Amino acid sequence: MTQLELPSYRDQSPEVADRFTRLKERPVILEVKGLTKTFDTAQGPVTALKDISFRTHQREFVCVIGPSGCGKSTLVRTLAGLEDYSSGEVLLDGKPVHGPGPDRGMVFQGYTLFPWRTVKKNVMFGLELAGRSRTAAEEEALQWIDLVGLSKFVNAYPHQLSGGMKQRVAIARALANQPRILLMDEPFGALDAQSRAKMQGYLLEIWKNIDITIVFITHDLDEAIYLADRILVLKAHPGEVQELIEVPVPQPRTPTQCLSPEFLATKRRLEELIHPPGQEAEEGINGDRLNMVRMVPVNAKVESVL
Amino acid sequence: MNKPWFAVRKELSPRRRSFLAVMSFVLPLLVWSLVSYVPFIWHPQVEIIEAGEVDYFRTGMLVDRSVFEQERETLRAEGRELPTGTRTNPVYLPAPHEVATALYTAFSTEPQRRNEKWLHESLADSIQVIFWGFFLSSLIGVPLGILAGTYVAVSRLTEPFVEFFRYLPAPAFGALAVAILGIHDAPKIAIIFIGTFFQQVLVVANTTRKLDPALLEAALTLGARNAGLLFKVVIPGVASDLYRDMRILLGWAWTYLIVAEMIGASSGITWFITQQARYKNFDNVFAAILIIGIIGLTTDLILAWLGRRLFPWQRTARA
Repeated sequence: MTQLELPSYRDQSPEVADRFTRLKERPVILEVKGLTKTFDTAQGPVTALKDISFRTHQREFVCVIGPSGCGKSTLVRTLAGLEDYSSGEVLLDGKPVHGPGPDRGMVFQGYTLFPWRTVKKNVMFGLELAGRSRTAAEEEALQWIDLVGLSKFVNAYPHQLSGGMKQRVAIARALANQPRILLMDEPFGALDAQSRAKMQGYLLEIWKNIDITIVFITHDLDEAIYLADRILVLKAHPGEVQELIEVPVPQPRTPTQCLSPEFLATKRRLEELIHPPGQEAEEGINGDRLNMVRMVPVNAKVESVL
Repeated sequence: MNKPWFAVRKELSPRRRSFLAVMSFVLPLLVWSLVSYVPFIWHPQVEIIEAGEVDYFRTGMLVDRSVFEQERETLRAEGRELPTGTRTNPVYLPAPHEVATALYTAFSTEPQRRNEKWLHESLADSIQVIFWGFFLSSLIGVPLGILAGTYVAVSRLTEPFVEFFRYLPAPAFGALAVAILGIHDAPKIAIIFIGTFFQQVLVVANTTRKLDPALLEAALTLGARNAGLLFKVVIPGVASDLYRDMRILLGWAWTYLIVAEMIGASSGITWFITQQARYKNFDNVFAAILIIGIIGLTTDLILAWLGRRLFPWQRTARA
């Protein structure tokens, strides 16, 4: 197979380079310093996250990507406060955070809408808890529902919605609290390819129109490159930062950029990091591979598929 | 209409569903009618019409067929007057039309003794006992179960004792309940309470534990805290399942009724049944049993209907 002639993923056009310079001048929203998390298991302590440090700036879109078992979900759940950490610091606007709170919105991979509440009541949930009056909460909720384009469904129950619509309500519900940062844990992982592409488009639109910083977990390389300003690449056992990639694909993003040289160069780099060439041999040693014998009758008149 | 009747977990057409629902009642009735009206299926006894010269036979008396045949043989050999009779079922299996008549006459017949109650009064007594027993049990059992299902501390503090107590048979507390609470309705309500409460706490706690933890996590990230989690997520989240549990538990409460009504001053529908059996009015016994069934089924249908109104979000889209 011939390799495409691609530029380096580090080559940035002047506009892109200028944008990153300005981005890094924006205030830091989330700062993670030396975050380490160990689990105690029957086989002894296991390090899930080791010395993770990064910072995200205001209105930045960061994707976290890595091989399975690298602890990307653990990372985002720790940031949300749903799990505690062993050492290190998580700072939001320079202040350490402990436990979950409405200042960090979260969208989960599974559907977590409250099934007994209508779309409107789901979005009102956080506003009610914040002590907003009923009418004020309702008014605000309707605006957020309108933002995600579900005005027709305000009184529908979650079981009447498609997967993509449910996740849009979940996004509206998280945003209604006006969090400083939106954490998303493979939110489109359960959707089919078409819905997922649509949802990626919606998410970029929402992100462009409101003041929100996003940390987005995914295992889909294309999704990461398409959405992110920067991609945090983790490696497994233990989960460590491997590289923080500045995506050289210019903004605003369109689906047609998926075949641009910058996009492909970034993808090649991600492939190298996540599926390093030596890895397959290593998996063979672990016995995690198919054991292939030709299971065709000897006299079958079938040619090799190749 | 070419679809198969038996396909693993495939829904049937509405017409077939209602047809089968009707048949589920018609078939047992049919079996009962066959056994009652077709002589050669069972009818193990003979009702005497003419006693003949058998000195202990009386008109209307029921004797086993073998005894009847034996007496006939003896008399025929001696050339004396033969007894006559028709084949019939034992007294404890009345025919459907007799029970149907009893369904009416049981209400219109005056009690045999002055201190006994009319059937409708007995029924009212029973329903009251069930209601108060179940209501009081739920009043404490449901909140306790929800707390035990939500907080591990409450669970550890209550459930071991509840587990122990639920193995103690409620009837065993009959004498104790009478000694403490007197002889009227109070000890009966206590028996229903004991029979229901301990199961209820465990069932409610288990249902509460089945709430999807992801919903709790989502609520946490939206700013919910202790009381907010309990009242805005746990309780509404399990309410519809608890409602279904309560329907099942109410059925159990009826099981303890028969014990409850035997202690202290006997009263109620199951006491009525025992009395009527003693008088050998088995048509009344069947009628009373049917009435319990009808009350149970009707309550459940009403509760199911109410449940659909209370929890509209539970209705899944039917294809």
